[in-house]
Amino acid sequence: MQIDPIEQFQIKNLMPMLSMGGHEIAFTNSAVYMLIIVVVVSTLLIGATAPRAVVPGRLQSVAEISYEFVATTLRNSTGAEGMKFLPFVFTLFMFVLFANLIGLIPYSFTVTSQLIVTATLALAVFFVVVIYGFWKNGLHFLKLFVPSGVPWFFLPLIVPIELLSFLSRPVSHSVRLFANMLAGHITLQVFAGFIIMLAGAGVLGWFGAALPFIMVVMLTALELLVACLQAYVFAILTCIYLNDAIHPGH
Amino acid sequence: MSDGACDNGEGDKAHTDEAALSARLQRLGERLARDRAARPSDGPVEDRATTASGYARGLRLSSDVVAGVVVGAGLGLLIDHWLGISPWGLIIFLLLGFAAGVLNVARSAAAKN
Repeated sequence: MQIDPIEQFQIKNLMPMLSMGGHEIAFTNSAVYMLIIVVVVSTLLIGATAPRAVVPGRLQSVAEISYEFVATTLRNSTGAEGMKFLPFVFTLFMFVLFANLIGLIPYSFTVTSQLIVTATLALAVFFVVVIYGFWKNGLHFLKLFVPSGVPWFFLPLIVPIELLSFLSRPVSHSVRLFANMLAGHITLQVFAGFIIMLAGAGVLGWFGAALPFIMVVMLTALELLVACLQAYVFAILTCIYLNDAIHPGH
Repeated sequence: MSDGACDNGEGDKAHTDEAALSARLQRLGERLARDRAARPSDGPVEDRATTASGYARGLRLSSDVVAGVVVGAGLGLLIDHWLGISPWGLIIFLLLGFAAGVLNVARSAAAKN
């Protein structure tokens, strides 16, 4: 029995909606899951905060803890000025977190295992940083590329390196999340495939199948950790990049 | 204060002085202990939150290097394509990209300390 570990990442076209300049814009399984994520997050947060209890219930606690968590992270890395970006960072965090968590449910699709999705999110952060940086600081934003205390004759070398380092941010920002989710799900699928292959090999195989089964259980726990951790890493990197837009010049 | 006073008999006054001093010393000691206890717990809590696990940190640092090199190479190829100076754009920007990758790693590693 062959199991293709890549098959779970296939984009399936559910219904073609319209074509635009020769490109078909389709409603895919990826889009369905994105919609599910948005609906789940919205219902959770709106429903949980609806009672507005002074002593929060369980659901309201979840909403309040996640809010406090993102707000603290943002305040620690950008200061009070950065708090105007809280809706942006909170939305990103909740979207990525729920994309990762919903992707862990068997037979579901992991939106964040698509490079195009994470790249879009990372580019959104990148453009927010660039546009807000120039809008708020004007040309002072360019001081980001000129570290203070560097002798002038090093600048022709330092400035291109700083510029490239800045341009490489959306790449590492998006690839990190994408690679983590892709690798985790492939590993899970491969080990789960071992169970089926071994179990198909007869009675002796059943005992052998116990080993990858234990492995899958442990990997699932690890993936749960990775899912939360990567959402957090994505959010904190967003905060760090936003800090550069608010306070350029190290 | 003075050791002489203590030896010379004005025992009562010296005694209260000594008691006050030792009380102050004790208070200082307590305050120092509290401060010392508070300080290290400030650092590691922050650290634990930002690094969370070595696995994530390793992936983070490696993707930083790779991103620098990839962006450098991509930009170099683009410049070659636009200006028709192949292979010079690729050579120069690949090297710069590598430097940028190392800079990324140094930054994100230094941010932890």
